[in-house]
Amino acid sequence: MLLIRCPYCEEERPELEFRNAGEAHIARSADMAATSDDDFEKFFFIRSNPKGIIYERWRHMHGCARFFNAVRDTVSDRFLMTYKAGEPKPANLPGAAK
Amino acid sequence: MIAAFRIPGAGRLKQAETTRFSFDGQSYAGVEGDTLASALLANGVHLVGRSFKYHRPRGFLSAGAEEPNALVEIKRDSARKTPNVRATVQELYDGLTAQSQNRWPSLSFDVSALGDIASPLLSAGFYYKTFMWPKSAWKNFYEPKIRAAAGLGVAPDQPDPDHYSARFAHCDVLVLGGGAAGIAAALAAAETGVRVILADEQADFGGSLHFESGARIDGQDGFAWAQAAIATLNAMDNVRVLSRTTAFGYYAQNFVGLVERVSDHLQNPGRDLPRERLWQVRAKRVVLATGAIERHMVFADNDRPGIMLASAARTYLNHYGVAVGRNVGIYTANDSAYAAAIDLKKAGVGVAAIVDLRDNPTGSVIDEARALGIEVNFGRAVIRAGGKLRVSSMTVQPKNGGGERTIPVDAILMSAGWTPSVHLFSQSRGKVAFNDETKRFVPGAYAQDCVSVGACNGTDGLSATIDEAYAAGAKAAKDAGANTVKGTKPKVDASESWSRGMLGAAPGAGPDTTVKAFVDFQNDVTAKDIRQAVHEGMRSIEHVKRFTTNGMATDQGKTSNMHGLAIAAETLGKPIPQVGLTTFRAPYTPVTFGSIVGHARGKLFDPTRKTAIHPWAEAQGAVFEDVGQWKRAWYFPKAGEDMHAAVDRECVTVRKTAGLFDASTLGKIEVVGPDAAKFMELLYTNPWEKLEPGRCRYGIMLREDGFIYDDGVVGRLAADRFHVTTTTGGAPRVMNHMEDYLQTEFPHLNVWLTSTTEQWAVIAVQGPKSRDIIAPLVEGIDMSDGALPHMSVREGRICGVPTRLFRMSFTGERGFEVNVPADYGQAVWDALWAEGQKHGACAYGTETMHVLRAEKGYIIVGQDTDGTVTPNDAGLDWAVGKKKTDFVGIRGMARPDLVAKGRKHLVGLKTKDPKVVLEEGAQIVGDPKQAIPMTMIGHVTSSYWSENCGRSIALALVAGGRDRMGETLYVPMPNGTIEVEVTGMVFFDEKGERLNG
Ligand SMILES: [Zn+2]
Repeated sequence: MLLIRCPYCEEERPELEFRNAGEAHIARSADMAATSDDDFEKFFFIRSNPKGIIYERWRHMHGCARFFNAVRDTVSDRFLMTYKAGEPKPANLPGAAK
Repeated sequence: MIAAFRIPGAGRLKQAETTRFSFDGQSYAGVEGDTLASALLANGVHLVGRSFKYHRPRGFLSAGAEEPNALVEIKRDSARKTPNVRATVQELYDGLTAQSQNRWPSLSFDVSALGDIASPLLSAGFYYKTFMWPKSAWKNFYEPKIRAAAGLGVAPDQPDPDHYSARFAHCDVLVLGGGAAGIAAALAAAETGVRVILADEQADFGGSLHFESGARIDGQDGFAWAQAAIATLNAMDNVRVLSRTTAFGYYAQNFVGLVERVSDHLQNPGRDLPRERLWQVRAKRVVLATGAIERHMVFADNDRPGIMLASAARTYLNHYGVAVGRNVGIYTANDSAYAAAIDLKKAGVGVAAIVDLRDNPTGSVIDEARALGIEVNFGRAVIRAGGKLRVSSMTVQPKNGGGERTIPVDAILMSAGWTPSVHLFSQSRGKVAFNDETKRFVPGAYAQDCVSVGACNGTDGLSATIDEAYAAGAKAAKDAGANTVKGTKPKVDASESWSRGMLGAAPGAGPDTTVKAFVDFQNDVTAKDIRQAVHEGMRSIEHVKRFTTNGMATDQGKTSNMHGLAIAAETLGKPIPQVGLTTFRAPYTPVTFGSIVGHARGKLFDPTRKTAIHPWAEAQGAVFEDVGQWKRAWYFPKAGEDMHAAVDRECVTVRKTAGLFDASTLGKIEVVGPDAAKFMELLYTNPWEKLEPGRCRYGIMLREDGFIYDDGVVGRLAADRFHVTTTTGGAPRVMNHMEDYLQTEFPHLNVWLTSTTEQWAVIAVQGPKSRDIIAPLVEGIDMSDGALPHMSVREGRICGVPTRLFRMSFTGERGFEVNVPADYGQAVWDALWAEGQKHGACAYGTETMHVLRAEKGYIIVGQDTDGTVTPNDAGLDWAVGKKKTDFVGIRGMARPDLVAKGRKHLVGLKTKDPKVVLEEGAQIVGDPKQAIPMTMIGHVTSSYWSENCGRSIALALVAGGRDRMGETLYVPMPNGTIEVEVTGMVFFDEKGERLNG
């Protein structure tokens, strides 16, 4: 069971309190109706499935109920960092170089 | 009376404390502290089981958790039967009853042992090859035959009457393994004051000190030192010592699962004691002190009862006081088996000969064996064992060939060397590294905050082990935050020598032979099978493993993996590290389902949700159905009524007078805030901005892909407040969906969402008399059609309590839904029921609700839709705001395939024979005479008998359905084909006049 730091509660809590919510930083177009078929395909269907660093969304379901973003290494399951929804993709990852 | 093979004065048990037990119906005596294995061996019993595939007679290989052979069933009573218990770890209690498994008719004569003779048919890859045969042969012939012939124990046939508990724990340092290394590490950590947990799978701590008679620490015998150290640790407040506790899984971030066997060793476990306790421990640092496991020698017929690991024989002698034979032979490729010969010889047991594969080994144990007069043979191999139900001889030959010599023995003690137990390290995602010199995989790169010490780290010798472990324990404590380090390191006064051994098949079981030299005892895998796998094209060790099933039994190859790997590498002509080690996975040893499930069974498996009106329905004799976690009244049978009769009566009564329905389970979400309408516009297909406060609208929610996700009636209570209803099962995910968009996509909207499902009890009153029933109880709401038209909502009071009164209908009749705070639900229901009685109203359940809505063609999301249905498919285009520029699903809905011709439409079906009720889920075809497999053009989604229509009715998804009105289609069923006519979805009151009736 993973320990996940909620950036809103500012606490590490057990995975049981959280739900994964898929890949992060996939922007919904401001003009959705005008999106091309190709762009919609990328937006809705195409996801990266990296061996290594993934940016993903989590929800502190049984805590503050907030959605937030996390950077996780899919090989070790280690969380590099978590940050609030809406914040930009972090430029520097703590401890990313192994 | 002392058992025949118990040596008076030997071992550590109190031999006077007799314990009775039975095995296969025969009664025996053991002593307190025995395992089932040691007690049987004390009575000269070696034959305890039959092997999985060939039904070969088997005895004890080991004295511990790695045991592959000696699996028995332990029976306490008819419900408490545990199969596949390793006799080597089952502690004896008075009255223990054990039975052998996988044999018929008896252990010593097993008909299926003929499988041994027919074994060419059962060679490696047999299961895979058999799967290639015609499917029918597998199902009708092979599977039943194989299931009957092969297999281990029989699963219990009654519910488990025991209970299991669970605990979460946190500590600074978790030490796994309680031998010399683990104890030293725990002492060092504990002395700093940090929180320490020390766990070991055995009843007594000490690990290999159980048998290492040559170990002396702090001036005392090694095992005695271990007990004294444990007493010290037990007395410390910051230490928790767990015996009989197996760390079975090492998960991310130092989360370790352990199972404590609380009462399996007790004669009469009190009812208050759990059988097992699951520990889920989060540790800042983990010290792995899991030791090493001895390997067997791979030679012909090395599985005969009486052939066992040398260290096991030492354990039986030095701890349990049991001799495993009277005239034993030793077969070894390293030093440690010599100690077994020496210990046994000193205890008065005959040692026929030591056969050592090495050419010219030297060392103190060799000198000591010779000094005791034991015959020692170098450069020789045991090429075969004699005997069947018990080993009777060993045949010895120079390892490069030459004259054979057969030596009579009643036991063979073997040692090919020791394999570090890197299971937990590997589970922690650490990478093992191969040490070419010692031919061992040892911990390499670490992935988590843990450290390996002692034998599991490839550290040899007691002194080096304790140095390493003590330092690691102190460092782990420091890393976990300790600042004071004190205490003294245990001092090793004497220890035993160690040398490496060999891997793979021994001479006499090489590539040019076809002998049965077992690598994996539990899965009956021989050296020949592994070579065959390579010859048939398997290259990766993962493929060899799956093809041969080597290491895939419940012992997970603790004794066999390294031999299997070495044989595969030799056959491939590659070095071992290039062939690779298979990945170790949890659990380390088998874990009961009970300990994983814990209390979460029966009523505690899943929460049961009940409405405020549930007790009333129960008192009325309602029959309930499960809808998600909710219990819902399904129908209310009167005396003598079956379901059909009750539902028919309820359906007719609602349309004739009125009915009361408990709709409390309906999901409810309050959407509040200055931007509430904007938010609703984005989350639902419908337009909301212009909906006047006090009015309701049927809303459809899509996912981004354009498919229907949920639906429900929404009331606008004020400009900034919506009362949203969802399907009963959909409430949590709709709430999650809304929160997701509000928090992440539309955070600029000033809106608050609150789940109010359980705040409101909802009583639907439906039917021509509904207003007459409600009106006398309502205050402050004008109930006239002009003031409260269909699809409107008012706040006021009913029976003196606040209400949100909806005028809405899911039946097609004049109808209301009375929302009151849940605490008043029962009282208001009682009052409405009393009024209803005056008009002849009935209570109705979910089945009638379903029939009435189907008569009107109202859909149920999740029944008439399945996640691939668009609003247009469902005939709900009218509910999509045409002028809207954005809502979730707007783009998905416009995808080429979703607007293509020929999509399935939701339509009505009428059977040509009105008495025939279709089966929900039944497939629909256009031409019943076409060849099988037929082209299916749709399926039935809802189907009922409608007493109000006097016929059956159905809804169905049919390709191009709306263009097929009046067409005849066919529903092929096992008993014949049913003709149906495609119709509109409304079967009753097509003009909708009854909404104001
Ligand atoms: Zn939180």
